[in-house]
Amino acid sequence: MDPLLVFPTAPPELAQVLDLGGWAWKASPDLDTARAEQPSDGWVGAVVVAGDETEEAFRLCRSIRSGDIHVGSVLLLIGGGHLASLDFREDLFDDFCLNPFHPVELEARLKHLFRRSGQVARAEVIEYGPLGMNLETYQAVIEGKPLDLTYMEYELLKFLASHPGKVFTRETLLSRVWGYDYYGGARTVDVHVRRLRSKLGEEHASLIQTVRSVGYSFGTSRWV
Amino acid sequence: MSREQEYVLRTVEERGVRLIRLWFTDVLGQLKSVAISPAELETVFEEGVQFDGTAIDGFSRIHESDVLARPDATTFELLPWAKADEPSGRMFCNIENLDGTAFEGDPRQILQRNLGVARDKGYTFFAAPEAEFFYFESATGTPTPLDNASYFDLTTADVSSDLRKSTIHMLEAMGIPVEYSFHEDSPSQHEIDLRYTEALSMADNVMTLRLVVKKIAMDRGVHATFMPKPLNGVQGSGMHTHLSLFDGETNAFHDPDDEIGLSAIGKQFTAGLLKHAREITAVTNQLVNSYKRLAETSEAPPFVAWARNNRSAMIRVPVRKQGKAESARIEYRALDGAVNPYLAYSLILAAGMRGIDEGYELPGETSENLFDLSDGERRELGVEPLPRSLNEALDVMEESKLARDTLGEHVFEWFLRNKRAEWTEFQSRVTPFELDRYLGSW
Repeated sequence: MDPLLVFPTAPPELAQVLDLGGWAWKASPDLDTARAEQPSDGWVGAVVVAGDETEEAFRLCRSIRSGDIHVGSVLLLIGGGHLASLDFREDLFDDFCLNPFHPVELEARLKHLFRRSGQVARAEVIEYGPLGMNLETYQAVIEGKPLDLTYMEYELLKFLASHPGKVFTRETLLSRVWGYDYYGGARTVDVHVRRLRSKLGEEHASLIQTVRSVGYSFGTSRWV
Repeated sequence: MSREQEYVLRTVEERGVRLIRLWFTDVLGQLKSVAISPAELETVFEEGVQFDGTAIDGFSRIHESDVLARPDATTFELLPWAKADEPSGRMFCNIENLDGTAFEGDPRQILQRNLGVARDKGYTFFAAPEAEFFYFESATGTPTPLDNASYFDLTTADVSSDLRKSTIHMLEAMGIPVEYSFHEDSPSQHEIDLRYTEALSMADNVMTLRLVVKKIAMDRGVHATFMPKPLNGVQGSGMHTHLSLFDGETNAFHDPDDEIGLSAIGKQFTAGLLKHAREITAVTNQLVNSYKRLAETSEAPPFVAWARNNRSAMIRVPVRKQGKAESARIEYRALDGAVNPYLAYSLILAAGMRGIDEGYELPGETSENLFDLSDGERRELGVEPLPRSLNEALDVMEESKLARDTLGEHVFEWFLRNKRAEWTEFQSRVTPFELDRYLGSW
């Protein structure tokens, strides 16, 4: 799956929306990196975060429009105080979203912009051994039998199962699945992993492995 | 509509759920339920379910009788005992006034409020209960146990151990992990220990556990009870509870350099719990019958003291395997299973937090067997007894500002009134003990 370009960095809220939405993405801190790291057939899209220095963001947008960097469509994230700077620059982006954003709105705009083009293939189904997850219907099955999960159990399993073999620290899981504002601390992750294992049942509980003094991983990597 | 609510709506649709049970708890700790159909769910998420609270224990007020139940979408679980062709689910609810403010008689929100106070100071409160209960042949008449086994006995073809096994499967299926389970000391008495979780989830889990234990027993034609002391002459049922505070990623009770492995915070929390134990006993042990268990001489220590290895002390500081920082905790042994977990956890937390806020000093460890000492000798050691009856516990509670502030005026007043009436009714009954002892000789 071709990644989206995120410029210049992804704040945690943005990273969460992208990861939970199943988007592949890569942050480039500056123009040169974005140019150097672009995939052979270009970036399929870009999420450009305009900070207080909006000019930096528009410079990237101009490079894209001039064909210097190859990007399918551009979504601009901009603070309410800078809206006036969009005047006469409408040609530099394909859509924009107010920052701070509502996660549901951003998700909708991402889908609208990048999926319509058909360039970004989003995984609708995760399959791993006995586990199947349908991301459209929120349903999970283990050996063909439905798995009854709460929302957070579902999100945690989805995140883990999307990255088989990768080891995540509790802190990473907490920030990516729960979001940084969650107060429960890393122990919340242990509690939910234990709940997930009990629902997976004895036979499949080992799909989620505890990596001593690091965190957790799911299954083994598909690429190794 | 939040993501959690969307998730529930979608699951209800995909799984063909026919009925959604909205659960909440009255002030006495009894589970209540109102069922809605899937078609109503979206509206209920937006507006809540309005009902008349007058007939619910602790919900009645002078000016207004209607309240709103608002389901907490994060607690949605499919009920594993529902028939395959009629899937149903449940959610715990918060109860609100019609103007959207928290209803002051809702135990779940009382706990949320108290957890919020601790959270503002950076702490998350974890609890892990050891629930004891009996299986009897019936809910009425003289209780008849199903077996005569004892502590840790492994019995074959044993009905009650079978029941316990089914119960554990069902709890695990509902995302309530069980740490241990075994046959307890008394005939037909069992114990299920839940794995620690954050206190609000744990209070929800205790409510679910009691229902699941009773439901599975009922399906097999027997009765399960959490009554604290159902049989004379054998040990009663408690709910010893392990407690800890986490400060972000670290266990605030842990100190590897301390002699007993307990941090200054842990010691202050324990000191707070000791100092205010008598004030909260009416809630942690809320039945007339609770005090029959506390009059035992083994597992239900009625003395306000702490120790590492001393069964006569009310608080135990478990000795831990080396290097297990995250399992630093204390065990509060007074609690019994006939408790409202939301209110009990609220008071335990408030008492412990008071110890931290005011830097209470932890008294010395008690090494003597307190059961062997006289009242006078215990007094010399500075060890007070817990209240010996519900009546005495209510007297102490009534004077407690901590209990009043923690529970809020509405619940505090209602609880005292209701429990005073329970005591008066008990006092006016002639018991078998009196007939046996006095009828012949006087």
